[in-house]
Amino acid sequence: MNLRDAHQIRDAVNSGEITAKEVAAMALRRIEEANRKLGAFITCDSEKVLERSGEIDRKVKNGRLPLAGVPVAVKDNICTRNLRTTCGSRILENYVPPYNATVIERLEEAGAVIIGKANCDEFAMGSSTENSAFHPTRNPYDLDRVSGGSSGGSAVAVAAEMAPLALGSETGGSVRQPASFCNVVGLKPSYGRVSRYGLVAFASSLDCISPIARNPRDVALLLTYIAGRDRRDSTSVPLPVPDYFAEMSKPVRGMRLGIPREFFGEGLDPEVKSIIETGIRNTESLGCELVEISLPHTKYAIADYYIIAPAEASSNLARYDGVKYGFRVPDPADLQDMYRRTRSMGFGAEVKRRIMIGTYALSSGYYEAYYGRAMRVRTLIKQDYDRAFEKVDALLSPVSPTPAFRLGEKMSDPLAMYLSDIYTVTANLAGIPSLSVPCGFTKGGLPVGLQMLANQFEEGTLLRLADAYARACPVDAPPLKI
Amino acid sequence: MAITREEVLKIADLAKLRFSEEELDTFVVQFQHILDYIEQLKQVDVENVPPTSHVSLTPDFEKHMFREDEVQPSLPVEESLADAPDHGSGHFRVPKVI
Repeated sequence: MNLRDAHQIRDAVNSGEITAKEVAAMALRRIEEANRKLGAFITCDSEKVLERSGEIDRKVKNGRLPLAGVPVAVKDNICTRNLRTTCGSRILENYVPPYNATVIERLEEAGAVIIGKANCDEFAMGSSTENSAFHPTRNPYDLDRVSGGSSGGSAVAVAAEMAPLALGSETGGSVRQPASFCNVVGLKPSYGRVSRYGLVAFASSLDCISPIARNPRDVALLLTYIAGRDRRDSTSVPLPVPDYFAEMSKPVRGMRLGIPREFFGEGLDPEVKSIIETGIRNTESLGCELVEISLPHTKYAIADYYIIAPAEASSNLARYDGVKYGFRVPDPADLQDMYRRTRSMGFGAEVKRRIMIGTYALSSGYYEAYYGRAMRVRTLIKQDYDRAFEKVDALLSPVSPTPAFRLGEKMSDPLAMYLSDIYTVTANLAGIPSLSVPCGFTKGGLPVGLQMLANQFEEGTLLRLADAYARACPVDAPPLKI
Repeated sequence: MAITREEVLKIADLAKLRFSEEELDTFVVQFQHILDYIEQLKQVDVENVPPTSHVSLTPDFEKHMFREDEVQPSLPVEESLADAPDHGSGHFRVPKVI
């Protein structure tokens, strides 16, 4: 037994072939062995994990559970009752939520074991997990390189076989990009498909809790148990959750796939481009038909995103004031001094930068010029996709213009870091589902993911395509560095 | 648009943030780069384009967005206060305001 396949673990625990406790102990050993070098987890409470897996072992005696004993790594911006949730920030370093996020409630009911809280960029702001206040997360294929981000810890937990499943969150590519950098599958669902209740808010009109696994079938399994309407999140959609496995059993032959020409222009690394082009040709041999497509407003996506996301963040992060939870500066002179010094000491540089941009964009006299205009450009970006999906079933593109970059490489230039999200942010702005599936490795041994995008609530179409692709074109991965 | 040090200080004040002199030097430059970049949105013709603030509204959204204001069980006071840096008598405690 290994920690690669959630279906296999679930079946083995349900049949009594292995206990949930044995699975948990195996995951904890691997975390103990690899986490010091990789920095994938911020918190791991082994006592609680063993206690919880013992409960599962008692429960499965009375009947099968859909995620029996499956370890799940959870990004540290998703609230877990009585388990520290830091958001990678000093300001929440000692925050212990008094409630569970809806996704955690649902996973626990399905028999999953929350194995630990995964590292991330502070408040999910970043593309490398270097903005974590605690430590960066390293790439298991090259320890001098980033894991990607902001859900770097979640992607590495799965890539380095510490857990077969993980939850991340996306606001602008934060699951697909680390999935691509780490050779795993990451799916950003449609906005509203999964409840955001208990996900610490960054940009509320964009945030999505997103599953990660080693193969599309395990992603489908995890999505099945977290998706669906939740009365505690009014933006969760009241649509039934489809049977993703029935969707995946349909053929892909005859599917029409669009290639958006704007995703292959200047800035795309030639080696990444050639790997993606091979991936695209592979879909042709699966019987799919390729169609060239244009998404003309793509070039405005980063600018649009870096108004909308910081604007919403500046409002959401106003709640960290040293009053209700989290860090408070010692000996404040008065209330204003307490607010200012608490926030200045508690937040890291990138979070402050985004609060400042957002405050500026929303400030008196600038609202219509920045946020108002950005929401209109957002409409145009969404309309590009609406038109594309009249012609095709899904789109194919790179996830990121480059493979994993070196630690520190982009830390002094925030704009360069922002630009690395160019191929992912449009899906968030348009609210459509999109995933990264392993596509190949560079000569230097770094993973490259293929991005697939589909129309709103067409997660089934995406998973069907990704599953067919992953089976037909398995990627030959070099050994992990740890 | 050029942003001045004074404007940055004003925004910091609105955001309840404080920067050291050194931080401010780097920050003004980075802020300017980002603003220059997002300025390109001004090239887009958005006349008659409606804004999108919510991408997943179903046609019958009002039925789901609104509900009766019924009392539901909520967290006990002690648990709500447990994470507060300072509290007493069932309240959050802050420095003297008046």
